[in-house]
Amino acid sequence: MTARTLLVIGGTSDIGLAIAREYAAHGWDIVLTARNPDDAARNAADVQTRSGRAVRVLPFDVLSAASRDELLTNLEPLPDTVICVVGVLGDQARGESDPAHASEIIRANFEGPALILDALAARMITRGNGTLVGISSVAGVRGRGSNYLYGSAKAGFSAFLSGLRNRLAPKGVHVLTVLPGFVRTRMTEGLKLPPPITANPAEVGRAVFRAAEISRRNVIYVRAVWRLIMAIITAIPERIFKTLKL
Amino acid sequence: MKTQGWGNYPVGEAAWLTPTKPGAIGRIIGNTDTLIARGAGRAYGDAAIGAGATLSMLGMDRMIAFDPQSLELTVEAGVMLDDVIRTFQPRGYFPASVPGTKFVTVGGMVASNIHGKNHHKAGTFGSHVTRIRLVGADGKSTACSPTEQSELFHATIGGMGLTGIITEVTFRMQKVETAFMRNELLVARNLDEAMRIFEESLGWSYTVSWIDGLARGNALGRSLVIRSEHAKLSELDGWRARQPLKPAPHAFLNVPFNMPAMTLNTLSVSAFNQLVYWNGVRQEGPRIDHWNSNFFPLDAVHHWNRIYGARGFFQHQCVIPKARSRAAIGEILDRVARAGNPSFLSVLKLMGPDEAGLMTFPMEGYTLTLDFPVSRKSFELADALDAIVLAHGGRLYLTKDSRQSRAMVEAGYENLPRFRDLRAASGAARKFKSLQSERLGL
Ligand SMILES: Cc1cc2nc3c(=O)[nH]c(=O)nc-3n(C[C@H](O)[C@H](O)[C@H](O)COP(=O)(O)OP(=O)(O)OC[C@H]3O[C@@H](n4cnc5c(N)ncnc54)[C@H](O)[C@@H]3O)c2cc1C
Ligand SMILES: NC(=O)c1ccc[n+]([C@@H]2O[C@H](COP(=O)([O-])OP(=O)(O)OC[C@H]3O[C@@H](n4cnc5c(N)ncnc54)[C@H](OP(=O)(O)O)[C@@H]3O)[C@@H](O)[C@H]2O)c1
Repeated sequence: MTARTLLVIGGTSDIGLAIAREYAAHGWDIVLTARNPDDAARNAADVQTRSGRAVRVLPFDVLSAASRDELLTNLEPLPDTVICVVGVLGDQARGESDPAHASEIIRANFEGPALILDALAARMITRGNGTLVGISSVAGVRGRGSNYLYGSAKAGFSAFLSGLRNRLAPKGVHVLTVLPGFVRTRMTEGLKLPPPITANPAEVGRAVFRAAEISRRNVIYVRAVWRLIMAIITAIPERIFKTLKL
Repeated sequence: MKTQGWGNYPVGEAAWLTPTKPGAIGRIIGNTDTLIARGAGRAYGDAAIGAGATLSMLGMDRMIAFDPQSLELTVEAGVMLDDVIRTFQPRGYFPASVPGTKFVTVGGMVASNIHGKNHHKAGTFGSHVTRIRLVGADGKSTACSPTEQSELFHATIGGMGLTGIITEVTFRMQKVETAFMRNELLVARNLDEAMRIFEESLGWSYTVSWIDGLARGNALGRSLVIRSEHAKLSELDGWRARQPLKPAPHAFLNVPFNMPAMTLNTLSVSAFNQLVYWNGVRQEGPRIDHWNSNFFPLDAVHHWNRIYGARGFFQHQCVIPKARSRAAIGEILDRVARAGNPSFLSVLKLMGPDEAGLMTFPMEGYTLTLDFPVSRKSFELADALDAIVLAHGGRLYLTKDSRQSRAMVEAGYENLPRFRDLRAASGAARKFKSLQSERLGL
């Protein structure tokens, strides 16, 4: 039997690396994408050394249509599972006065990931099976003053994933939405994160593999407490919510 | 940020640098006045605390290549030993030498040139290192090996981070058939018996002994000697034979905060030592266990260092030339027992000759390791022990040290003048400084 293949879109990311390590440890071959393939080469060597599995790197920028076409051409055979990890936290304050930056946040978190997953979904439908995973965020559950550009883009991405799941369910293609909660990575470096609700990337890797390949879950939080936290946040009436410093 | 070693003593104030790729280190060195590399912070004292900045290597945790023919594994220096073993043991490979904890980085193992229970056969970890990459005071990265830049290579093995930042390490693994160890436990009623057992066990791969530090008189040095081999497949039966390369479970016990200083009084240590000893007497004979409990029994409890309380503790590890070992270790044990100053963990081991690094700690002879809670009484006792070590031509292990004097280190390390010259010539002396190097003038 030939090994199954995982495509990680966002192969330089700390969470993407952890997911690739986990899949490779289960015997999968791996393809990583990166805007600059040299940056991902370090992670590719790591996964390969640890697992002995085959690992390739392909160039891809989610903001470029030409780059998307190129990826779709180079991607042969079609991977069994695709995980899109791409995301940009960005700088909310800067985005408020710099539309180009705001646009990058929105496009890199929503438009770019949605378009590539849609294109891959079409191929999986033709094949009749596959798994698509999107790393979204709890920030997309309710917009907050301190990061609503990022949050709203993630909200869009979450809604996209839910719609995609609905559409693909009868076609044998599974869609998983991951809401990691806080994770200690390059993206959150320097931020003060409360340890009990902060996961490490390896934990995310294990949770994603289990949910995508074993229990076939639809939406997961990595640490269960986040479900409760988000239930409370959602329950706060808007007239109070708008006055909170969040 | 407050920064300390495993013994929680001393506590330094250091600015932390946290690069995420090796390529960034050269520039950081250029922009920083003085710094020292830090791995997992398992050195007991002040070796991994910067006199200026402290550069954490933990973001550099990628593996780079493995060659099953030569058994050489190349990793970034911040890769943890735990990670190496968990990744490679299920594939049938094990590091050629490991210390008593798996929560150390590979870079830290090189910089301290660590030794394991197999030192008498396998030498230090440094003797299995075939190549490193080192970023020096000028910010340039150099490949060093026993044949290229060999002087720098030898100064860096055991060089306590004082020659530069090690970014990559290539080292040889050994092949193992199983994850299990075959052990024999022998009871030594006193020091002479323990030493006789060590001599008779030179053919065994791993030997170590736990000494009852409070036994006195005829029982002075009474201990449990454990000798082990990696178990062969044919030596396993039952569930072990069905799962010969079983991975280790993750530890779950934790000491969540510092215990009150009273916890480890003489009485409880004495009870602990007796318990270990008499438990051992009952178990004497052959036994199979997993590598995890065999090599790393202390790792089962995270943060066990907190049982010593907030004031912390220190370790006194000496090595004495073989011809003088009996006399010196006898004097030391007697001195400790008489002081009634309990050492929770006291470990004795016979080492082989070692020339892997310029500042290497091991030499052919016995090494004795004692733990003491920080107190004036303990420091006075340690000074008295130093005098015994010095009189018998021994030395102290730098990675455990937080208190020895300059005179002591100068007497113990005959290559120190050359090490200092090298550091001065390369500019490392001005750039790479730890609280330890400042304290001891390394
Ligand atoms: C429970 C326990 C048991 C132990 N048992 C043993 C044993 O059996 N045998 C033994 O030999 N040791 C033993 N040790 C000591 C331990 O192996 C060493 O202190 C080791 O160096 C710790 O590695 P680390 O990554 O934590 O390094 P740190 O403690 O962070 O640093 C130790 C030294 O290495 C330097 N260093 C670290 N990384 C780098 C790098 N990338 N480049 C340059 N310099 C660097 C630091 O500057 C410092 O001088 C034990 C320690 C503990 C806590
Ligand atoms: N860390 C957290 O606490 C947390 C919490 C919730 C959700 N998340 C989400 O988890 C995902 C991974 O985050 P992380 O923490 O691992 O952060 P990270 O290391 O910064 O990863 C972000 C990834 O997105 C890629 N990327 C950004 N813009 C891109 C573009 N235009 N084209 C292609 N790739 C692009 C980056 O690639 P480059 O290297 O090329 O920039 C990088 O691989 C993100 O979607 C993030 O929103 C993180």
